[in-house]
Amino acid sequence: MGKRDPKAPFVPHRDAYKAPIMECVNLGIDFGGLTAVNDFCITIGPTEICGLIGPNGAGKTTIFNLLTKVYQPTRGSVYLQGIDTKDMNSVKANKAGLARTFQNIRLFKNMTVAENVLVGLHNSISYGLGEAILRFPSYWREERIARSRALELLEIFDMQDIGDQKAGSLPYGAQRRLEIVRALATAPKVLLLDEPAAGMNPAETEELMENIQKINKVFKIAILLIEHDMKLVMGICEGIGVLNYGRLIAKGTPAEIQRNPLVVEAYLGKGQSDSESGGEDSA
Amino acid sequence: MKAFTIPTPVRYGINTALLILFLIAGNAITQSGLLGRAQNAIIIQVGFFIILAVSLNLVTGYLGQLPLGHAGFMAVGAYAGALFWRAHILPETLSIVVGLLLAGVVAALFGILIGVPALRLRGDYLAIITLGFGEIIRVVLTNLDSITYGARGLLNIPRHSSFLVVYICVIISCAVIHTLMKSRHGRAILSIRENEIAAESCGVKTTYYKVMAFAVSAFFAGIAGALFAGNLGILVPANFDFMTSINILMIVVLGGLGSMFGSVVAAAVLTFLPFVLQPLADYRMIIYSLMLIIVMIFKPSGLMGSYDFSLSRILEKVIGKALSLGRDKGGKNHGKA
Ligand SMILES: Nc1ncnc2c1ncn2[C@@H]1O[C@H](COP(=O)(O)OP(=O)(O)O)[C@@H](O)[C@H]1O
Ligand SMILES: [Mg+2]
Repeated sequence: MGKRDPKAPFVPHRDAYKAPIMECVNLGIDFGGLTAVNDFCITIGPTEICGLIGPNGAGKTTIFNLLTKVYQPTRGSVYLQGIDTKDMNSVKANKAGLARTFQNIRLFKNMTVAENVLVGLHNSISYGLGEAILRFPSYWREERIARSRALELLEIFDMQDIGDQKAGSLPYGAQRRLEIVRALATAPKVLLLDEPAAGMNPAETEELMENIQKINKVFKIAILLIEHDMKLVMGICEGIGVLNYGRLIAKGTPAEIQRNPLVVEAYLGKGQSDSESGGEDSA
Repeated sequence: MKAFTIPTPVRYGINTALLILFLIAGNAITQSGLLGRAQNAIIIQVGFFIILAVSLNLVTGYLGQLPLGHAGFMAVGAYAGALFWRAHILPETLSIVVGLLLAGVVAALFGILIGVPALRLRGDYLAIITLGFGEIIRVVLTNLDSITYGARGLLNIPRHSSFLVVYICVIISCAVIHTLMKSRHGRAILSIRENEIAAESCGVKTTYYKVMAFAVSAFFAGIAGALFAGNLGILVPANFDFMTSINILMIVVLGGLGSMFGSVVAAAVLTFLPFVLQPLADYRMIIYSLMLIIVMIFKPSGLMGSYDFSLSRILEKVIGKALSLGRDKGGKNHGKA
């Protein structure tokens, strides 16, 4: 199979006839003299699961920060459902359908598990300040609905029974899962997961894989994930982009990526063969 | 086994009844002459310090910011309320209500005015800019001689701060801040304290909520200021110096950042203390500092941590225990102690 042009879009067959949910065109950012990301182009179909891999410091997290407007890009644009996100901030990007988790977990540690999810549901509740203070019927009704929705979402990861625990007291893996639930609560169209399996044991990772696929099917949303666990990436991603020194050096299906000598060289170092297990657990 | 819960209407009923009882009893005691002048004054003073502490706690404990100009908002409210009351344009009861609202609204406007630029700053910078704001307010009030009579003092302010007025305000402030915090807006405020970037990624408009918390906090500080004015009957700008802001902050920190109950208890303790310690008046500042140091060493989260008092929760526990005991006795004994 021939090499793909890294700039060509990759969208799975079932999404090919639909408009892409997200497009990045020549995205780039400089920090002072350092070009952290350059010429980043990607097209994501509305129900696609895709992965972003690359060595540490390649610029993967920076791309998430650009997409969610934690940083404003120096160059290029991001389109969500065809709409330019140029003038958006993080809040508007979230409302436009982008939700994310963080590599270094950012939970609301002193709030309960359920409250964390309820913050995610913030914009799906609409009662105003006066209604809240005077406890109008709308307050009770919307709170009740939001709470049951929060428990429903927690059920994805079987966390509905620990809703009253402090988020900060959860074990590491559970914190990562809670971050995913909180992101899902904002009803995103694209879910960005930054190293969701980091710190998880193989059994937990296995379960996480199944759950990511379940979320993709049930919520019918696109998922873009950064991950070092090759078993996870190769197992569930339909399209993969490989980043090195802030540039996409390859893009394609897992099989194509595993065979690509450029990737093997950049990601695993020279001298590795393009074997089946290429790059397993290299992180 | 499902835990026992008191239905919401019953809970509200119990709480309301107890609060009314408290107001009636307090009013009767302060009117009866059982207590001396000084004791009555202290009780009133505890009232507005509770409001000041609870409102500062909203910004410091819940929002997680550190402003040092709370006395500035108090001053704005005090003068707004006092000047309105002195004008005698409304019948007394209405005048009290309108004057208090006016004090709150003017202070809240100042809160927004200061909050919009100040809340772009964090930590030390916010502390310094709000400190400066408090001082500016004081200096301006001193120099607006034609309106405030400056350092000579604004005299003949109607003495509206009766027990009933003050403690109704206390109850309203606590209730409003409590219900606010138990809503989606309160969760948004907490999420900003916990992690601002994550809050934004969840679609929480952080700037809006910061300014809102600041404005609500200033609103109640303004009301407390008016109550202060209506208690003394005389105002001088020096009442609202930097040390007043620090005292309020000390109450909040001692009580526990983010604990309304802690703020209430600490406000009471720290206002009573100088009274009790009259013989040790020379050592007062030393005792305060020692207290702060001791609490910071042994309980850095404050006396109450983030604990919040809930009568119904205690009742539920007690009744739940009683019920389960009864059930154990009635049925077969499961060998549980
Ligand atoms: N705010 C910032 N200021 C300066 N440099 C940054 C900033 N954020 C990221 N970088 C740099 O950008 C590069 C990519 O970082 P990152 O996106 O975190 O990598 P990855 O997630 O792929 O491991 C690194 O060299 C990092 O030091
Ligand atoms: Mg990273």
